[in-house]
Amino acid sequence: MSANLPTAIPGNSAAKISTGGHKLTAERQGDLMVINMGPSHPATHGTVKFVLTLDGEMVEDLDVHIGYLHRGFEKMSEQGTWQQVLPYTDRLNYVSPLLNNVGYVLAIEKLMGVQCTPRAGWIRMIISEVARIVDHFTALAAGALELGGFAPFLFGLEARETLYPLIEELTGARLTTSYTRIGGLKDDLPDDYEKHLMAGIDKALWCLDKMGGLLTKNRIFYDRMIGTGPLSQEDAISSGCTGVMLRSTGVDWDLRKHQPYLYYDQVDFDVIIGHQGDNYDRFLCRIEEIHQSVSIIKQCFAKLPAGPINVGDWRVTLPPKHAVYNSIEGMIAHFKLVIDGHQVPAGEAYQATEGGNGELGFYVVSQGNGRPFRIHVRAPCFYAMGIVKKMIVGHLLSDIVPTFDALNMIGGEVDR
Amino acid sequence: MAPTLVDLVRKNFGNAVLGSHSHVGDQTVLVQREKLLEIMAFLRDDSAMAFDVLVDVTAADYSTYPEGERAAVSPVDANHPSGLTSDTLPRFEVVYHLLSMSKKQRLRVKVAVSQDDLHVPSLCGLWIAANWGERETFDMLGILFDNHPDLRRILTYDEFVGHPLRKDFPLRGYQPLVEQPTLAGYKDNETFR
Repeated sequence: MSANLPTAIPGNSAAKISTGGHKLTAERQGDLMVINMGPSHPATHGTVKFVLTLDGEMVEDLDVHIGYLHRGFEKMSEQGTWQQVLPYTDRLNYVSPLLNNVGYVLAIEKLMGVQCTPRAGWIRMIISEVARIVDHFTALAAGALELGGFAPFLFGLEARETLYPLIEELTGARLTTSYTRIGGLKDDLPDDYEKHLMAGIDKALWCLDKMGGLLTKNRIFYDRMIGTGPLSQEDAISSGCTGVMLRSTGVDWDLRKHQPYLYYDQVDFDVIIGHQGDNYDRFLCRIEEIHQSVSIIKQCFAKLPAGPINVGDWRVTLPPKHAVYNSIEGMIAHFKLVIDGHQVPAGEAYQATEGGNGELGFYVVSQGNGRPFRIHVRAPCFYAMGIVKKMIVGHLLSDIVPTFDALNMIGGEVDR
Repeated sequence: MAPTLVDLVRKNFGNAVLGSHSHVGDQTVLVQREKLLEIMAFLRDDSAMAFDVLVDVTAADYSTYPEGERAAVSPVDANHPSGLTSDTLPRFEVVYHLLSMSKKQRLRVKVAVSQDDLHVPSLCGLWIAANWGERETFDMLGILFDNHPDLRRILTYDEFVGHPLRKDFPLRGYQPLVEQPTLAGYKDNETFR
């Protein structure tokens, strides 16, 4: 092996080192070192590369390279009909695809001036919260694993594995759900779904207790999380951080509460905020948000009205099959919708929803026919990744892993 | 009726506003590029506006938009002194989405940019979020943000040719082969040749 690797940069300046909130100052002894962390590093699960300039263990400079999962979502979206974009949205945040499905159809419905039926709206809230729970479980479990906690990881995945079959029961797929439709849903809830779901959630909460018990007061975990990845309120707001990242700094902002969509104004829940904006706060916020989501799901089931799940307008949702096979109007409506697509009036709309990691927004532009002219996704992780440099520089190399985990970057969403 | 956000921007900036709409409840102003920085600083700092979050930066290429229909997206005031109409607007539009958490309001600000002069002032001095948002917009549509501290490609790689979200970017084709990017000095190392 050559001694030339990793490359040395000559220099000798005083450097500040911080360890978990304790600031130390030390004179640099050797040279700076440039090193690649990722894209195949196990802790960069969303496929990202950090180009680090290290002074010993301290990060002097950091360049975040994203784009390894760029599949041209926005370009592909311009090629098909409005409804054909929906399966692509599953692949944005692939940990909580149901949230993407809901966000996308809400944007199109806003532009079309269509209001989904009450039952569809309440079901959309239920599935959103299930997806949020799965998202938070994945973030917590992966975070624990990468800090060396294998048992909490297994509890977290056990919880996820209890919920995935329930999502499969509902949508037919564990991950590529494509459950929503413009103007409604693919299908109504299966029989006894409430009973199945609540049993699954009870088990997931049991896992959460076990996982939280192993981590919350665990000295090793605590030392890795407390004070690391600090983010100030001003930086969080200025950098466009939303969701848990923003709330961990103490800003009381949740779209479900403050700019409610669907029927979130009719359910009672708390917005969980941290107080010092470090990784430990983000960890606790996620745990508590799972409990809040469970509470929302219970309230949704209590208030779930009977009725149709699709709006009756055949220009928006597909006609029932007996109408397609037995009437000329039904058949024409079916073919018009499948081949020409939804006739969305020309215009533009932006719809923001509270995703697993923050504000998930869809900006859609229509040219007045069945094909999208422009679809842009405002991904919460994208803007959160933009501030990572500021959170890491001046801190230890080992702080990258908990910071990156607490941020819960999802490559599919950042890179689109 | 209380004045809307759009009214307030119009009152303060007059002819710098080319047009506006409130389609499906999204308040939108189309402004002149020369006044963008001034307007954005006003929107952020004015107490009635208080847009503390730059939610998103993106752009759209209207070169293939149906002729005569553009007023649905970007209406321009009749007899605007600039002489522009919706149909003579330049090809690109840079779109900023703003959010005020204290006032619970949103505003969309748009700037039209022509193919021959792709420059727009960068908002990096106002919001940190502008840094990555503008990098993505540069990468995907080739808009050049003046005074941006670090205008590199972000989703594609440095040697990528073209800007994928332009309407004339081909759907099929090949990118030129490039040398594997390396750490400084890596290339010259015999062991890893």
